[in-house]
Amino acid sequence: MKVHEYQAKEILERFGVCVPKGRVATTPDEAGSIAKELGGRIVVKAQIHAGGRGKGTFVDGFKGGVKLVNGPDEARETAAKMLGNVLVTHQTGPSGKQVQKVYVTEASSIAKEYYLGIVLDRAKGCNVIMSSTEGGVEIEKVAAETPEKILKTWVAPLSGLQAYQAREIAFGLGFKGDAFKECVKLVTALYRAHEETDATLTEINPLILTEDGHVVALDAKINFDDNAMYRHPELTPLRDFSEEDPLETEASKFDLNYIRLDGSIGCMVNGAGLAMATMDVIKLEGGEPANFLDVGGGATTERVKNAFRILLSDKNVKAVLINIFGGIVRCDVIAEGVIAAAKEIGVSLPVVVRLQGTNVDKGRQMLQASGLKFKVADNLKQAAAMAVASVE
Amino acid sequence: MSILVNKKTRVVVQGLTGKEGSFHARQSIEYGTNVVAGVTPGKGGGLWEEKVPLFDTVKDAVRETGANASLIFVPPPFAADAILEAAGAGIEVVVCITEGLPARDEARVKAVLDASNTRLIGPNCPGIITPGECKMGIMPGYIHKKGRVGVISRSGTLTYEAVWQLTECGLGESTCIGIGGDPVPGTSHKEALKLFNADPETEGVVLIGEIGGTSEEEAARYIKSRMKKPVVAFIAGQTAPPGRRMGHAGAIIAGGKGTAAEKMAALTAAGVRVVKSPVEIGAAMMEMLK
Repeated sequence: MKVHEYQAKEILERFGVCVPKGRVATTPDEAGSIAKELGGRIVVKAQIHAGGRGKGTFVDGFKGGVKLVNGPDEARETAAKMLGNVLVTHQTGPSGKQVQKVYVTEASSIAKEYYLGIVLDRAKGCNVIMSSTEGGVEIEKVAAETPEKILKTWVAPLSGLQAYQAREIAFGLGFKGDAFKECVKLVTALYRAHEETDATLTEINPLILTEDGHVVALDAKINFDDNAMYRHPELTPLRDFSEEDPLETEASKFDLNYIRLDGSIGCMVNGAGLAMATMDVIKLEGGEPANFLDVGGGATTERVKNAFRILLSDKNVKAVLINIFGGIVRCDVIAEGVIAAAKEIGVSLPVVVRLQGTNVDKGRQMLQASGLKFKVADNLKQAAAMAVASVE
Repeated sequence: MSILVNKKTRVVVQGLTGKEGSFHARQSIEYGTNVVAGVTPGKGGGLWEEKVPLFDTVKDAVRETGANASLIFVPPPFAADAILEAAGAGIEVVVCITEGLPARDEARVKAVLDASNTRLIGPNCPGIITPGECKMGIMPGYIHKKGRVGVISRSGTLTYEAVWQLTECGLGESTCIGIGGDPVPGTSHKEALKLFNADPETEGVVLIGEIGGTSEEEAARYIKSRMKKPVVAFIAGQTAPPGRRMGHAGAIIAGGKGTAAEKMAALTAAGVRVVKSPVEIGAAMMEMLK
């Protein structure tokens, strides 16, 4: 689960990470009054679940999703330009994302920028803290061009972050004196926040040294482990549904794993690996998949019905390819479910079905005898070719 | 021969009395698997379906029945604990079917198991099967046939596709391992390859990977330097968009890393026959073993 910058900073602050003072606003007037309260120079930051906001452009031509302003009036005007507007960054895709909240914070005087991030190193099976003096730019770019400028610190899962490791990071970034102590404290707090919230990614970019010598998290990003949400009821309300594709949200209500793509062939498959492989075969046959959809191992009538509804509400879908490997569940039972679901929903698009597994012949016969216009394929390659032909 | 499990394997099922546990244990027993015990805390002393003795702890089950492998069906919040309990009782092979373990739990479990003699398969996997001998998992038994090819996969139904092709073309399988779709699996592609490399009855290996992580690249390095047997590979997710989790917790292209193209290139460079379509897996292996 992703959260907004202001939410990430609220969490990090609770763990003792130093962040600039600020609050979130949903109206220009609110932004103005927060700016008045904070005093001095102010930064207004568009809150969307995507990076590259500062360099982004709004669809009406207004430039920059992060703006430095002088005082409450300018803060109000800037918030008015951002709120409700659609911001396009290199991470949002060309359609951009609508800004519904702005974060109003005090401006910091930056002496130097750094990078600090924590992520799971899957190969080693433990967290790695990445720190770099190259802050404010994308870490992927640093990793590709100047990997020697990234210091990696691996943390053993059972013993956790050690004090010497936090010191190594602070020394590695070149901090001295009080700033060194502040950095050690910040790294320690950041790691604790990452562990205790079951984060999969925690990133401060940039971490800054202010001109008056303090170490502050100027930006913050946290992603949480969806599998761990059951033990973090406090995080559940932070989910922002307006940032998600409504069809994907709808699918998740029915325990369906659905991801919308740009193509025209809707896919309904049991199992995530097979679903990906089915998309791949469609592409190899010259078509474009409209989605990833895992209906789960059982592929019951109820699930197939919900899956049909979701697939068909995507107007780009011109044909549906159902690929089910009937393992424990027999193909005739699956065929029954598919027929019942298609009848109830009233599917008018071409539907290609490929079944494999126990009682496959019986399943295919049932589909053909159903009176519905199923195209029954013998194998996956043929199924994909039939689906592609039916949209051409 | 085969790897990890065979007809001598004595299986304890953790979570046997639950809905999933009962259903799949029944299937495994029908297949001929030697299920010697079940563990459900609080239900020790009873019999499951009038034939399998139940115990409160894995330790009790091991002491009373000589169980040496565990099959786990407990829900995600309790799965890490169940794995560690099995390891603590000295179980050699632990298969965790449960999907949805937090990655933090998986990392901790792995750290403990790395210092033990226990091998974990999964979590979030279909399990392991040595055809005709032992089925520890949720895969349909009948699609398998005793034979010459080892199968390693991060997926479930996609594995069944590959197995089905190997069975249909007559090659059959020595053992099939589903290593699971999570970010920190107990057993990696490379570790499974090592086991197949040392198994005299495995003549070739089918390796099924998917986007996310670097398990396939690590496997490619091993294959290049050590693998003595032909390997056919398929990587799912060639059309998957970056930054999106494709069903499995571990199937995500993050920070531009973990793409199918990178994995396919690494495997090809290691001498692996990489097929673009999963329908070609069986035929490719036939050619390699001619």
